[in-house]
Formats: sequence, structure tokens, C-alpha cells
Amino acid sequence: MEFVDIFISILGSTIRLSIPLIFTALAGLFSERAGVFDIGLEGKMLAAAFASACAAYITGSAWLGLLSGIGVSVAFALVHGFASITNRGNQIISGVAINFIVAGLTIVLGQAWFGQGGRTPQLPNTARFSPITLPGVDALRDVPVLGPLYANVISGNNILTYFAFAAVPISWWILYRTRFGLRMRAVGENPGAVDTAGISVTWLRYRAVICAGILCGLSGTYLAIAQSAAFIKDMSAGKGYIALAALIFAKWKPVPVMFACLLFGFLDAFANFMQGKSVPLIGEVPVQIFQALPYILTCVLLAGFIGVARPPKAGGVPYVKER
Amino acid sequence: MKESLLTLLAMAAMSATALAADIKPALVYGTGGKFDKSFNEAAFNGAEKFKAETGIEYRDFEPTGDTQGEQAIRNFASRGYNPVVAVSFAWTSAIEKVAAEFPDTQFVLVDSVVDKPNVRSVVYAEHEGSYLVGVLAGLASKTGKVGFVGGMDIPLIRKFECGYEQGARAANPNIEVLQNMTGTTGAAWNDPVRGGELTKNQIDQGADVIYAAAGATGLGVLQTAADNGKFSIGVDSNQNYLHPGSVLTSMVKRVDLAVYNAFVDSKGDKFTPGVQALGVAQDGVGWALDDYNRSLITPEMQAAVDKAKADIISGAVKVHDYMSDNSCPE
Repeated sequence: MEFVDIFISILGSTIRLSIPLIFTALAGLFSERAGVFDIGLEGKMLAAAFASACAAYITGSAWLGLLSGIGVSVAFALVHGFASITNRGNQIISGVAINFIVAGLTIVLGQAWFGQGGRTPQLPNTARFSPITLPGVDALRDVPVLGPLYANVISGNNILTYFAFAAVPISWWILYRTRFGLRMRAVGENPGAVDTAGISVTWLRYRAVICAGILCGLSGTYLAIAQSAAFIKDMSAGKGYIALAALIFAKWKPVPVMFACLLFGFLDAFANFMQGKSVPLIGEVPVQIFQALPYILTCVLLAGFIGVARPPKAGGVPYVKER
Repeated sequence: MKESLLTLLAMAAMSATALAADIKPALVYGTGGKFDKSFNEAAFNGAEKFKAETGIEYRDFEPTGDTQGEQAIRNFASRGYNPVVAVSFAWTSAIEKVAAEFPDTQFVLVDSVVDKPNVRSVVYAEHEGSYLVGVLAGLASKTGKVGFVGGMDIPLIRKFECGYEQGARAANPNIEVLQNMTGTTGAAWNDPVRGGELTKNQIDQGADVIYAAAGATGLGVLQTAADNGKFSIGVDSNQNYLHPGSVLTSMVKRVDLAVYNAFVDSKGDKFTPGVQALGVAQDGVGWALDDYNRSLITPEMQAAVDKAKADIISGAVKVHDYMSDNSCPE
């Protein structure tokens, strides 16, 4: 196999593996920039995956699946908001609780409804987001490097993939170019100042967690009905935590978030590719090294070796209005 | 008063056992989950067949982690279930311990061997069955490259791979066999997303027939192969129906027979401990042909695989067993 083909294959794989991370990390970005830590990303993603697979199976429509995935994810986001914004509870505990509830609930409901051990029935292709072939693939096919790159990496993905890459600049624009974004960032740094200006901290934070819910809904839907064709128990497999790591690695900024997710996706793809292959001089490298790299990199960053990751100042602290 | 009550209870219990000539069978699955459409589901089907024929209820348990198996097996044994059937190599040490604690209970272990007077160990010659589907893969491949996606990286799965490789090479001496393992923990049986990604990887490298030996992870493999218009090969249960036209065949491992026979033998008081090795000759492993894949199997392929089967039974072809020396001949 030629080097270029290998490169393109890994790149295509990187894209597919990064999408759920990008959505989820952006979800965390909205929530955390507004001062609400969200360890429940994993749970919301899983809930959305389950809801979308169920809805897509029953209605036969991928779009209705997406809608219900987002709906359920937003519902859980509101639970998180109610616990940690309105009732000023501990944000970490609320998030962990969501993760646990969802991990159990999806299996119980899945077993009760479909009787397949927590799995949802296999979806037909019409109820999934299938790969889209962009125009011009055939025209470019014979162009060296660029042709296969266009055909296998840029084209041939499902619509949610393009959503994910669109979500990055949109998030950037919302965060840095709109009034809502400015206020949201402010509320994560100094909610007292925002309150003094006569703006509701509570309402702002609720809107931020709803944004997080929508994005988690997209990532869960991608997992269940775009990348796979059914919900399988625990199918998020820790991606919510990797996304959190990517968020920290990217220092809570949208564009670096995308690159961090792509990097982590690339490490995963590379690990898949390297399996059983030996490297000259070193021999066979255990794949676990690549799988552990995202966590190691994040630790190195947190230890202060690659710049300093400074979280939003008011993150994790419920806002109490002075009386 | 208290004493007489106890006596009554004891008598009731005794008469209950006396009346119940029926057995109380129990089944403990592997961690892939009961409805993996593969290994565990085959065990489930065997138990269901027994239930349908005899009307005897059985109890089953799906351990969700590696530590729950021993608990479940001990639980069943201490509550008087007999026989207790455990399917999965993962319960080897569990059976070893619990079988010593309950010498009067009959245990059946699938996929591994425990040498105890009350344990029957059922092992399969997966390398022979994999050899047969390897022959089919070798003949069906147009690119000269075939793939293998395994579940957890253990010698048993390497045994599947090794048999498959030998079969593919027998059909086409120049064939290249790509192989990947999904992971190194029990979670590798239940990760169809990674399974699909590994499959896509192999397809990108030119493989056009991919054999999945990975429990529920295999569902992702079959799905990805179907999505990309390539052939796949199912495992353990007959999975031909999952994606008609894309699943070339399935390497059927009759785990259902092991469970069914264990229950029947125990009922008829014919339980025998020791090792039962089921290969192609005993129809313990084989390849699946039904209406879903009949159109994919050409007469030449059929002839070649029938010949391979006959050769294995007659001993003319000896398929190397990876687990005999932990290596696969190049």
C-alpha cells in the first residue's frame, strides 16, 4: 500500500473518530465558559444516542431521530441546570449523577422496549445518516493525491460531519462576536459584574447549558445512527471524558478545540492502523500507548509544560446574589 | 411449635425435591451480553430449545463485568441449580473454584478446560471451521486481500485467525491477510464503533472479505462491510440474515448444542464429565449456507469448501491449532 493511500485512509478515519469529540467538546465549551462545569457530557451523549436510535427505529426517519436525540439531551442539560444553577448544587456531583442515571436507564428501557439486552434493533439504511458524495468526485478521481483526498476525506461523510465542522466557526462567532457570547463569557469570569449590569445570571447560564444539550444531542446521534446502525449499551465508551480532556487541552477556545479533537481522533486512528505493525528499530509498539496519549498530553498540559490552561474563573461556583 | 413448623418446612422442601424429577438448569453467559446475535445468543438458543421441548424452566444470568461471573456461578450452585452451564473462557478459574466447593453439582464450561470430576469442558475446533470460511474468503476475494477483525486479543481468537489464514492461503497461495484485534479487555466484545472503524481501515487497505470473530463488536464489522459493498463473514451464530447479499457466510460454532446437550444429559442422568472436543467431523463447527447467502456461493466455492471439509475429516488436511504452540505458521 502506498504511503499516500495510507495517509488518506488514516485521515478519513481521523475525521470519523473526531466528530463526536468535536460536538461534545464544543458542548462543554458553552457550558464551562458560562461557569457551569459539565462532567455529564458523557451521559448526555449516551442518552441522545439511545433516544435517536429508538426514534429512528420507530419512525424510520433519521431526522426525527436527531430531533429526539437533541430533545432528550437538552432535557438532561436542564436537569443539570436545575440542580446546579437554580438550586446551587455541586456541579460535579450533578454531572456524575447524570452519567450514572443514563448508563443504567438506557439499558433498562432498551431491554424493556426491545428485549435485546439493552441494544436497539438494527436500523435500515433509510433511517440513518448515510454518506454523501459531493459533486465532482468522479471528475477529480484521476488527479493524484488531491483526487483520493477529496473522494475519501472531504466527500463521502454523512451530513453530521459537515455540521460538526460548521459548528466550530459558528461557536466562535457566537462566543466572540455576539452580545450573548460576550455576556456568557463574562458570566463565567465574573457573574457579579454581569448581575450588576442588570442581566440575569441564571437565564444566561440556562441558555448556555441548553446549547451544551443541543451539541451533545448531535454527538450522540452521530454515534448511534450515523457511525453505527443501532444503540449499544455504553457505546459512548468514555468519549465524553476525552472531549473534556480536549477542551482543557484547547484552553476553552473553539478553534483550538477542533484541532485538539482532530489530534485525539488522529491518535485513535493511528492506533488502529499501527496495530500489529512493527516500527523499524523499535519493533511492535503496543496500541495502548497511543490510546493513552490523549490523557497523558492533557496531564502534561495541566502540569504546566505546554503553556497554562486557565479555566473560567467562576467555573464550578454557583452564583449567589448578594442581598 | 417452632420446631414442628421447621419440620413441616423441611418435609415440604423434601417432598418438593422428591416430586421434582425435573432438573433446575442454569446458564451464565459471557460478558458480550445475551443478545449479541453471536456467541451468547447461540447459548441462549440452545437453552430455549430445551425449554420448548421439555417445558423445564431455566435461569440465566448476564454478567456485565469479569468479576460477576464467579458470583453468579456460585449463586446458582448454592441455590441448588444443577447443572450450571458457563459459556466463556473467562469463567475458567471461577468454575475451577466453585466446582470444588459444590462437588455434587454438575458444571459445564464452554471454550475452556477444567479438570474436575464434576465438570464437563466443551471445546471447539474453531481453527477447522475458520479454515472452511477462509477457503470461501480466499475464493470470493477479487483483490487478493482479506481481513480479520478479532474481539479481545486472546489465544482463542488468534486460533480463529490462524485457521482462517490457513484456509485463505489454501484457496489462494498469494493472498494477503490483514488482521486487527479490537482491544485487550472484555469491553472489546461490545465495541461495534471501533469494530467498524477497523473494518473501514482494512477496506481502505484493499480487503474485500472481512471475517469478524468479536461477539457484538462484529455487528459493527458486518455493518461497515455492508455499507461499503464488501463481503463479511459472521461468527458463532448464523449471521447470514443480518445483511443479505453482504454476509458471505458464517462460521457456525454450535454453542447451542453444548448447552442443550448439557441440559438433556443432566435430565436423563447421563451427564459425563471430561473434555468434549467438537470439530468439523462432529458438526460442532462449520459454515452456514441458507437462502440469504446461496446466491453468493458459486458452485466452485461450494465444491472447494466441501472438499476442504472432507479433507479435514479424513485427516488429509491438518489445520494448525494456534493454541497448541501459541504461534501461527507463516
